[in-house]
Amino acid sequence: MIPIEYFVGLSIIMFVSGITGVLLRRNALVVFMSLELMFNAANLLFVTFAAYYQLLAGQLFVFFVMTVAAAEVAVGLALMVEIFKTKKSIDIDQMNSMKG
Amino acid sequence: MDGYPLFSLVPWTVFLPVIGLLLNLLVGKRLGEKGIGLIASLASGLAFVVSVLLAIALKGHPEAVTIPLAEWITVGEFNLSWAFRVDTLSVTMMLIVTGVGTLIHLYATGYMHNDVRHNGDPERYRRFFVFFNLFIVAMLILVSADNYLMLFVGWEGVGLCSYLLIGFWFEKGADGIGNARAAKKAFIVNRIGDFGLLIAIFLLFWNFGTLEFDGIFAKAAQAAPALLLAITLFMLLGVTGKSAQLPLYVWLPDAMAGPTPVSALIHAATMVTAGVYLVARSSPLYIQAPAAQMTVAWVGALTALLAATIAIGQYDIKKVLAYSTISQLGFMVAAVGMGAFVAGMFHLATHAFFKALLFLAAGSVILGMEHGEEHAAQGHSPGSHELDPQDMRNMGGLQGRMRTTFWVYLVGALALAGIAPLAGFFSKDEILAAAFQQTPAIFVLLIISAFFTAFYMGRQLFLVFFGKARSAAAEHARENPAIITVPLIILAVLSVLGGALNLPGVYTLEHWLEKSLAHVPKVEFTAWVALLSLAVALAGLFLAWLVYSQRRMPFKDTDPLARYLGGLFTAVYNKWWVDELYQAVIVRPYRRLAEFLAQPVDVGLIDGIANGLGSVSRSIAEQLRRFENGYVRSYALTILVGVAVIMAFLLFR
Repeated sequence: MIPIEYFVGLSIIMFVSGITGVLLRRNALVVFMSLELMFNAANLLFVTFAAYYQLLAGQLFVFFVMTVAAAEVAVGLALMVEIFKTKKSIDIDQMNSMKG
Repeated sequence: MDGYPLFSLVPWTVFLPVIGLLLNLLVGKRLGEKGIGLIASLASGLAFVVSVLLAIALKGHPEAVTIPLAEWITVGEFNLSWAFRVDTLSVTMMLIVTGVGTLIHLYATGYMHNDVRHNGDPERYRRFFVFFNLFIVAMLILVSADNYLMLFVGWEGVGLCSYLLIGFWFEKGADGIGNARAAKKAFIVNRIGDFGLLIAIFLLFWNFGTLEFDGIFAKAAQAAPALLLAITLFMLLGVTGKSAQLPLYVWLPDAMAGPTPVSALIHAATMVTAGVYLVARSSPLYIQAPAAQMTVAWVGALTALLAATIAIGQYDIKKVLAYSTISQLGFMVAAVGMGAFVAGMFHLATHAFFKALLFLAAGSVILGMEHGEEHAAQGHSPGSHELDPQDMRNMGGLQGRMRTTFWVYLVGALALAGIAPLAGFFSKDEILAAAFQQTPAIFVLLIISAFFTAFYMGRQLFLVFFGKARSAAAEHARENPAIITVPLIILAVLSVLGGALNLPGVYTLEHWLEKSLAHVPKVEFTAWVALLSLAVALAGLFLAWLVYSQRRMPFKDTDPLARYLGGLFTAVYNKWWVDELYQAVIVRPYRRLAEFLAQPVDVGLIDGIANGLGSVSRSIAEQLRRFENGYVRSYALTILVGVAVIMAFLLFR
């Protein structure tokens, strides 16, 4: 039996690298991938504790998260395609037309 | 009121002038001057006929009758209807207002014909009669009201008409704003008085829960004396404004800027007597507050004396009459203050006759002078000298050229001075007798005023009608046509016979009015008081003859009286500097306060707060907009920090 701290530790590493990716990377696709990393860190925690406490709800919830994440990526990618069509770039630093 | 259908005619006293003014307003332009004058005079005349019918009906049914016309204000328990009150007091006022009013309307049709041409705007003929009828409407509302609020509507209405008519030639006068300024002064000074009346009405409503005369008077006896004192004193403030008493009389002399029929109708015969009427109408309140009565009497007596002294030093023919009006109003106010309500109303009626007569005759003199001036200017170089046709120093010797005017003026002046069989003698004597019985000090003040009255009327007579003409205009003056002189003759007859209203021993008016007044004390006819007042009047006239007739004041010479009185005459000529005093004590500090409030307070403080709020929020926003840099990541960082802070808070609290 692998101790639960390993799972939690892996999840933390995944989440932090996800955050770092979102905050630091300029390529929108990489930002999306970092987001996915954070989702999966959360999912990992869900299944870990579901197994640990013998509860089915955690397992079930992961499916919902994955579904929503898929939908979100679909919308996000569609946006990226449109932005690329107009700006010829998906550099996230050039998307600042909401500047106050 | 069953069986007395005549009473239900009372709303028509108001409706008829309304119809008249609407007709003139809507179609007057097409009717021409004759039609306008006819409609206006007819409206007023028919209102007079209605008043006469009401008087006849009252003879058979002397009790007060209330004719409700419409519901007016209904708020919760409070109910007020627009109702007319027919009793002997209100009908007496209606008769005076419409009767004298009609005569003045007739006169004005002739006078304004010349006046609008002299002032170069014939279009205003119609406007004048619209205002005139409007005044009759407001005045009739005032006197026929059944409650204080309706009375107040009329009270304000006459004030408005007064303002409109004083400023009738609003672009004329000194510096082109003299008339407008006079109108403004009248309006503002009246406003101070109206404020007092309004407070009195508020107090009445607050404490009695109603504004109807009967309801209030029924409860007056049980009210607290201090409350009644406050109400009556605030009412007195209203009286001093409208009836031109101390300390608010200053507007009336300036009001002479209006055309002469206006001075006669509004500022001598009717509107200014509204204050006297108010005190008489509120007699049940006043007799419960002796201190207020005393104040009223003293205000009246002091005003009578002060104004009479000022009248001595004036040169403008209308200004003399204006101060005389203030003085006579002082007599009336003193009378009603002493509880001699009948004497006050009696003097009100006779004064309406002879003062209207004097003003109209003065207008006739002015017209004659203007004509003479135009005539004289044709012979010589036109417009070489601007002559004041109202300055008595320019007149003299008019009795030969304006015979009718002279005779009616003589009648009016003698009636005002109080010479025996004329109207003024009886009414003034009744006031003097009442004063003698009640307060000898007031009696002394009034008898001195009576002496001055006779003196300044004598002075005016001699300056205007006797001696030699002191200007070319006076030399060429001519008598006016019948439309001007006939109303004068009628008023002269009334001035002669007016005393018959309340002859000693018969007391017609007293028996007529005692049904409407709270409590009418018997004023005994005192022979020696009558003789004294007659002697004083004759002495005044004789003294005027001594001063003004023998020396034959040549053109623009100093007034012979000034040689005897010296500095005192200067003081009188300058109206005791009351206007200057008010200017220094009230107007200028008030102005300075207003300027202070406008400059440092409004611009500095109020605007400063508003602008400060704006610039503070602007600079805060300037700082805040830096966060909105448009980079998704920095928003994400903010969210992350926020989440971290909240988590930390939840974990470590």
